[in-house]
Amino acid sequence: MKKEQQLDLYYQMVLIRRVEERGAELYQAGKIGGFMHLYIGQEAVSTGLIAAREPRDRVITAYRDHGVALNCGLSANEVMAELLGKATGMSKGKGGSMHMASVEKNFWGGHAIVGGHLPIAAGLATGDQYAKNDNVTICMFGDGATNIGYFHEALNLAKTWKLRVLWVCENNVYGMGTSVERASAVKEIRQKAEGYEMKNSRIGGMDVTKVYEAAKEAIDYVRKNSDPYFLEVDTYRFRGHSMGDPERYRKQEEVKKWEESDPIGIFRKHLLEKKAATAKALDEIEARVEEEVNKAVEFAEASPEPAMEDLFNEIYAE
Amino acid sequence: MAKITMREAISQALTEEMDRDPAVFIIGEEVGVWGGTYAVTKGFYDKYGPERIKDTPIAENAIIGAAIGAAMVGQRPIAELMTINFAFSAMDYVVNQAPKLHYMFGGQFMVPLVIRAVGGGGRQLGATHSQTPDAIFAHFPGLKVVSPGTPEDAKGLLKSAIRSNDPILFIEHATMYQIRGDVPDEEYLIPIGKSKVQREGKDVTIVTYCKGLELSMKAADELSNAGIEVEIVDLRTLRPLDMEPVLESFKKTNRAVVVEEGWKSYGVGSEIVSRIYEEAFDYVDAPILRVTQKEVPLPYNRTLEQAALPQVPDIVAAVKEVLK
Repeated sequence: MKKEQQLDLYYQMVLIRRVEERGAELYQAGKIGGFMHLYIGQEAVSTGLIAAREPRDRVITAYRDHGVALNCGLSANEVMAELLGKATGMSKGKGGSMHMASVEKNFWGGHAIVGGHLPIAAGLATGDQYAKNDNVTICMFGDGATNIGYFHEALNLAKTWKLRVLWVCENNVYGMGTSVERASAVKEIRQKAEGYEMKNSRIGGMDVTKVYEAAKEAIDYVRKNSDPYFLEVDTYRFRGHSMGDPERYRKQEEVKKWEESDPIGIFRKHLLEKKAATAKALDEIEARVEEEVNKAVEFAEASPEPAMEDLFNEIYAE
Repeated sequence: MAKITMREAISQALTEEMDRDPAVFIIGEEVGVWGGTYAVTKGFYDKYGPERIKDTPIAENAIIGAAIGAAMVGQRPIAELMTINFAFSAMDYVVNQAPKLHYMFGGQFMVPLVIRAVGGGGRQLGATHSQTPDAIFAHFPGLKVVSPGTPEDAKGLLKSAIRSNDPILFIEHATMYQIRGDVPDEEYLIPIGKSKVQREGKDVTIVTYCKGLELSMKAADELSNAGIEVEIVDLRTLRPLDMEPVLESFKKTNRAVVVEEGWKSYGVGSEIVSRIYEEAFDYVDAPILRVTQKEVPLPYNRTLEQAALPQVPDIVAAVKEVLK
């Protein structure tokens, strides 16, 4: 990876972290409503994955989607404005935290029903297969989504129809508050892909360079072979499942232990050791992010509410 | 004009639109090699090939979910549900995904999807395969629900549905594929969301659709012999609901009966009657009655099943009742 790209990935990860930290503050202040699920701790997964795609490759994910939106190229302004339910959000304030998307950035949402977007991902790939192009659909979901029927119908269809889908399971150990070992018959989730004779692997998700390399390889495989691939990525969310999580299901020592593998810290160390960047350069990136996020908050707060007549707009396309 | 069956009308709409637009494809269980479980897509597989006539696993979430995804990226899939009862397996997609995607993402996504589903009782298929749950689906803003009662309407409405950029549930009736009707020889479209007066009369307004139309037309002949002229308004589309022809007719007759095959509680009739009371209360001369299915899961036994379904004599009796 070129130096500029590495610095860009560092920028993206810090941006996700700071957008969400500020988002959490705004949530506590009552300015953001509904459910909000933070990606903090998992930034390397989405950042590495999406860096490995071609612009024509599609991305679709679950409700933990702020980071994915930023990685796909949506601005901090649009993300923050959507969190605040403003007309300037990418979904015009009608979607909120869980429903971010951008057709222009080839980001197909932000879906809030666990597992529900997996058959839709198979459909994006069906559309591309029908159009006879070699676009790859990258579909991200949590470990919890692998226990629901949608998952199995989607994987079966993808393999049977040879659809170009890269399935990415972000195994962050818990589906809400229920651990993988309490919810899943198999402890290694990639084994479920074996049931569909789907090529698969399991990687660590705290080192963005490793995620990037694995994703590159997997996307290449999918594109060249017109065959789905299943990637299980081990990661951890440092915050609760959502903002209203009492966290009775895990001990703080466990969280602290994982925090030692902070993906931003790991990457910072990597960049310094490889002399890809100076501490000063990385500090400058962090300062730039700080300013960008401050501006995004200002932008979102100053943005107008959706117009009342927008309540009835866009129920139908025609 | 040519007299063709409902099956032929639907089949013609599909082929005409597939020939017109290469983005249109069909996806569903047994739509291809088998030829469609109701033979609507018979011969399609040979004509269009496996890419455009996609046989799927028996997996309704995969069928409707994949159709939604393909529609989002610009294709125009027609997903077939072998029966509307299987829509319950894919309920999340039919009511909670397809109708929400355009609105929830601020208009960014379009879902030009048609879901064809076969509903209705009368074929001794037992309680889980015989339902007429149309009202449930019509409850959801964002979905359009169309259910024609004549071959002409079926063809024209289905062609419009395929060209529409919105998700549309197109409900056909399992016992109506053999009914015949005149269909124009030239190409035509019928707009979605328009009710139609199918028979003119002055005494009582019958509001109905789909199977109810077939039964009501028979009842109308019988009533006419007894000197009672009913006006039949066919809803054709349940959402968006076009009440204008209903209200116009009611203001003339001041009496109405609603005929539907679904259950009475929380049904299509409940909606129609409420709207008439809300919008034409001053014109009401008699309580508005509903002719519906009995409130039971449909039994297998033919006699019992027919006793549970609305019949022509029920309509005749209801019309006479509102004239008392």
